[in-house]
Amino acid sequence: MEALIAKLKNEIIDVLNLTEMTPESIDENEPLFVEGLGLDSIDALELIVLLERNYGLKLATAEEGKTVLKSVRSMAEFIRKNNKG
Amino acid sequence: MGENYIISDHCIIRNKQIVLNGEVVYTGNESSPGDFFTAVYRHFNFSYAKFFKMDNLCKLGFLASELLLRGKNISETYHGDEVGLLLSNAGSSIDTDRNHQKSISNRDQYFPSPSVFVYTLANIVIGEICIRHKLFGESFFVIEKEFDATRLYDLVKQWLDEEIVRCCITGWVEIDNDRYEAVIYFIQKTSVLQEGIAIFGPGKLTDIYLLGK
Repeated sequence: MEALIAKLKNEIIDVLNLTEMTPESIDENEPLFVEGLGLDSIDALELIVLLERNYGLKLATAEEGKTVLKSVRSMAEFIRKNNKG
Repeated sequence: MGENYIISDHCIIRNKQIVLNGEVVYTGNESSPGDFFTAVYRHFNFSYAKFFKMDNLCKLGFLASELLLRGKNISETYHGDEVGLLLSNAGSSIDTDRNHQKSISNRDQYFPSPSVFVYTLANIVIGEICIRHKLFGESFFVIEKEFDATRLYDLVKQWLDEEIVRCCITGWVEIDNDRYEAVIYFIQKTSVLQEGIAIFGPGKLTDIYLLGK
């Protein structure tokens, strides 16, 4: 799980152009939106694309999106639970 | 006494160099536009995290406007709806359009990036500058074959004459692959003409545009 979280942090930094951040500076338990990383709606779409492109996973509903995209850890938990690869 | 329209400030970014009001303020040696823009951002200690998410057209417009308005505290002089923004270029958002096209060209790897797609409109650069400086006056983006000083002059003069705005940021912001060029001007009204000040007109806009070209 920790290896997946580390990998995910690097992928998030890459796709969201968070060039000022390092994996260590991201708290996997912090909220991704508003507080924490302060991501916006376009970032949310980019994270949804990341899940599909890198892990073959689609979010079924907007409600599921709110839960999955809550934090890096919640994203990692969703990947571990659903990724068959 | 009548009011005069003046070009109070101008900023030129091209060929790895920045000229602000006639003075070279930065010369870089970075090979790509993106690296040059990042180097400029760091050199002037700008602090605006969203810069890194912008496409290159917006980065160029952002940097030019930051330098143009540096130290001016524009929000103390003008209300947000008193500042107009009129920009132009030839290629619209072609640089980012190409990036987006690449991401959708392979049907088996069809993953268009929302953060790229959102910049596939030239007038987004105006939006980014407006968000940065809390401006919400009249704005317009014109696509021209080449820099057209008369077009800019006519539109800005109309806005000022009709008191739609009290001042205006205008100019040319263009990027296509490795070629980039921003020449932007801050147009204001004044009742006192200081010696050496540039009177707003198509001839003067052109003179400044051609500096170092």
